[in-house]
Amino acid sequence: MRAPDTNEILLQVEGVALAFGGVRALRDVSFNVRKGEIRAIIGPNGAGKTSMLNVINGFYHPDRGAITFKGRTRARMQPFEAARGGIARTFQNVALFKGMSALDNIMAGRTLRVRRGLLWQMLRYGPALAEEVEHRHRVEEIIDFLEIESIRKVPVGRLPYGLQKRVELGRALAMEPDLLLLDEPMAGMNLEEKEDMSRFIIDVNSHYGTTIVLIEHDMAVVMDLSDRVAVLDHGVKIADGTPDEMRENQAVIDAYLGVAH
Amino acid sequence: MADGGSFDTFPKLLLRNATQFGTRPAFRHKDLGIWQTWTWAQVAAIVRAYAAGLHRLGLQPGDKIAVAGSNRPKLYWTMMAAQALQAIPVPVYSDAVAEELAFVLAHAEASFVAAQDQEQVDKVLSVCERVPHLQKILYDESRGLDGYADSRLIAIHDVIEDGRAALTADPALCGQIDEFVRQADGSDIAVILYTSGTTGASKGVMLSTRGCIDAASDTTRFDGLADHDVVFAYLPLAWVGDHYLNYVQGLVAGFCMACPESSETIEQDRREIGPTFYFAPPRGFEAMLTRLMIRMEDAAPVKRRMFNYFLDVARRYGEQVLTGKQVPLRGRLLYALGRLLVYEPLKNVLGLSRVRVAYTAGEAIGPDLFAFYRSIGLNLKQLYGQTEAFLYVTCQPDGEIYPDTVGPAAPNVDIRIAQSGEVQFRSPGMFVGYFKDQAKTAETMTFDGYVKTGDAGFFDEKTGHLKIIDRAKDVGWLADGTMVAPKYLENKLKFFPNIKEAITFGDSREFVCAMINIDPVAVANWAERNNIAYGSYQELAGHPLVYDMVAKDVAAVNHSLVKERVLAGAQIRRFLILHKELDADDGELTRTQKVRRRFIAERYAPLVTALYDGSHEADISTEVTFEDGRKGTIAARVKIRDMQATGSAESLGKAA
Repeated sequence: MRAPDTNEILLQVEGVALAFGGVRALRDVSFNVRKGEIRAIIGPNGAGKTSMLNVINGFYHPDRGAITFKGRTRARMQPFEAARGGIARTFQNVALFKGMSALDNIMAGRTLRVRRGLLWQMLRYGPALAEEVEHRHRVEEIIDFLEIESIRKVPVGRLPYGLQKRVELGRALAMEPDLLLLDEPMAGMNLEEKEDMSRFIIDVNSHYGTTIVLIEHDMAVVMDLSDRVAVLDHGVKIADGTPDEMRENQAVIDAYLGVAH
Repeated sequence: MADGGSFDTFPKLLLRNATQFGTRPAFRHKDLGIWQTWTWAQVAAIVRAYAAGLHRLGLQPGDKIAVAGSNRPKLYWTMMAAQALQAIPVPVYSDAVAEELAFVLAHAEASFVAAQDQEQVDKVLSVCERVPHLQKILYDESRGLDGYADSRLIAIHDVIEDGRAALTADPALCGQIDEFVRQADGSDIAVILYTSGTTGASKGVMLSTRGCIDAASDTTRFDGLADHDVVFAYLPLAWVGDHYLNYVQGLVAGFCMACPESSETIEQDRREIGPTFYFAPPRGFEAMLTRLMIRMEDAAPVKRRMFNYFLDVARRYGEQVLTGKQVPLRGRLLYALGRLLVYEPLKNVLGLSRVRVAYTAGEAIGPDLFAFYRSIGLNLKQLYGQTEAFLYVTCQPDGEIYPDTVGPAAPNVDIRIAQSGEVQFRSPGMFVGYFKDQAKTAETMTFDGYVKTGDAGFFDEKTGHLKIIDRAKDVGWLADGTMVAPKYLENKLKFFPNIKEAITFGDSREFVCAMINIDPVAVANWAERNNIAYGSYQELAGHPLVYDMVAKDVAAVNHSLVKERVLAGAQIRRFLILHKELDADDGELTRTQKVRRRFIAERYAPLVTALYDGSHEADISTEVTFEDGRKGTIAARVKIRDMQATGSAESLGKAA
């Protein structure tokens, strides 16, 4: 089992609550993410997992509570600020530009890293060109890393679902994030695609040292991949610990795992 | 004589290329989306540094270094660097399972392994306790190997850099490396290629440096290959075809080898590189054509009509245009238009636009498939060869191309047909022996120094070209002594779209009979178009009209045999259509879809008896295994059709 590099806390979620009208999506949830670990959030449908991710990357603003990322506590933040701060994410339903090639989609992930202005880029000359070459190089490394050379120029709309997910991961990686949020990276995949994706997640974690928070339904995957698991149920965190501890935790079994076989 | 001339080893050729073609590209490899290029001068410098690094790691002359992985410049350089030190490279199939890898590594006594990536390294590590000689494992791609603690692991890049630094620091080492290269001569073993082992355990074929270079000099001259040529190196490293066509010919002719980015990008990469010399096995060309046809099905009707029209033009005039024969003006004009509108764009999509010479070999190629590529202007030829010959035994010269022959003897190759019908040869590239297997070597050689191919064949009378008909051990003889080549007949039958499989009998019998499996897709399609109703495969197979149709195909096969004196007596006199499809689950086919003739003869013994006792029907009941493992029986009454033998009175009399 891989152990997180340090015990340094990268992300601290403190007493977060979020309500949509009468629906209380999150109630007083606290947990932390250590630098370099793979952290899973699990829970039954409607437990508030995706809401939690949306709070972390600033898409939702919590009604109460605080989020501390890289030592900075913030109240309100926009998603682009989160992105600038080094948080990247993928979505439950693939959110790519369907008409663009895999390469262009991943290049889009470099947007925040582009230093030259729009005009320079349109001219595509001199320093802007040099910069584009540099970005392209980074993107090609990711393409090589994710083994998607053969679909580089294929519009993503024509790709099978498993590959689209991989391109989406590539786009998130192109940001060179400190924290990567994966929303059900394996939903709707077949066994082989799941195994591939698991391997890439582990590789991203060990090769780039990226901290990963993932939501996942497939228990086998979660138990295999993650260092620590937080369990949500009806917006409340009911357990937190290593995968082994979670397997034996009665509250978790009742809420989610069902009767142990 | 040879273009290799006084250069009798590969390191010497490399140095020659570095001086003669110094700035010309030697290797290309697509990495991170960009084609990287190394010139001959650069490669010579890298290989020299690599050799120095390997020397410092303790690689001695005569040591074996296994090379496992796909086509990567660094792996080809490993072979060059090893040969510079008089060590012997042993390429192994990258898709070999651990078991096979362990066998080859242990048998070859490999002390070094150069592996492409983590996958190959893992495989080597998993069997390393069975490989006692193993000292170092070199790897090209470091990805995933960061955490490995094994002290034997070292990156190829680091070995090269270490060698480079040592060469600058230590002039004595320079002298030592030069000395190795100077000392070596043509009698050294250049490489050991392990046969794929489809017929028993794989054997290590030892090839001499001089032999390799002489053979390659002959064939590069034969096809006019030179330093401006480009080959696409995508075939398995361990296969004689890649080693010969790309590596050895590349060094001899000084042309450029382009390595694809990955095995999935081969088609795009081929298109980008545009090789001028190309090899693919028949199924490679077939797959290419199938994909093409499927895409054409989706094309707009206008385009499809144009495509079909000009393919028809190509069928009529293409071969003549390609071989420079007389073509009527109308044909020439139409073909020129077709080239502009269809053939050239088509070849461009396939990445074959610049190909001057393409080869195929390994199995019989369907005449239609062969004719298709030739008709659109691709100079596709056949060769016949094997690892023991260092590839070429025969090859087709430009202008003398026939789909059913493999051509006359390659330059300086001496071929004879033994009494048994077996093809035997002597050639410049002929192997030295099997590594550590004197007995097998002796078995394969004749007392007067010919190599037994294990294939039966004969020289076509009209063209003087060799025809390979079957494995020698499968060839039989009719009661009157006429030769029967079951696979040859079966292949001829199978080239008809309606026939999926065929099994022929005749050994020690009066005449030849065939059992035929119709192709359900093709025949069902035909039935639909002709309003023929049927309830099941069995019913379709027994339909009189289907029999009529297949009888025409059989007659055509018989007709084609008339022209071949040796086999004219072996025409098919009776045939039947099997009531069920042959299936690997029932043990009738191997898992690679080859018919198991002997098993089928036993299983359908009543049918075989009926074929020979003159009856016109026979009952058969066979057990079948369903996909879920349940068993059942199929009973049927199968009809038998008589055929008229065609041809000269002489051959008829002989067959009767």
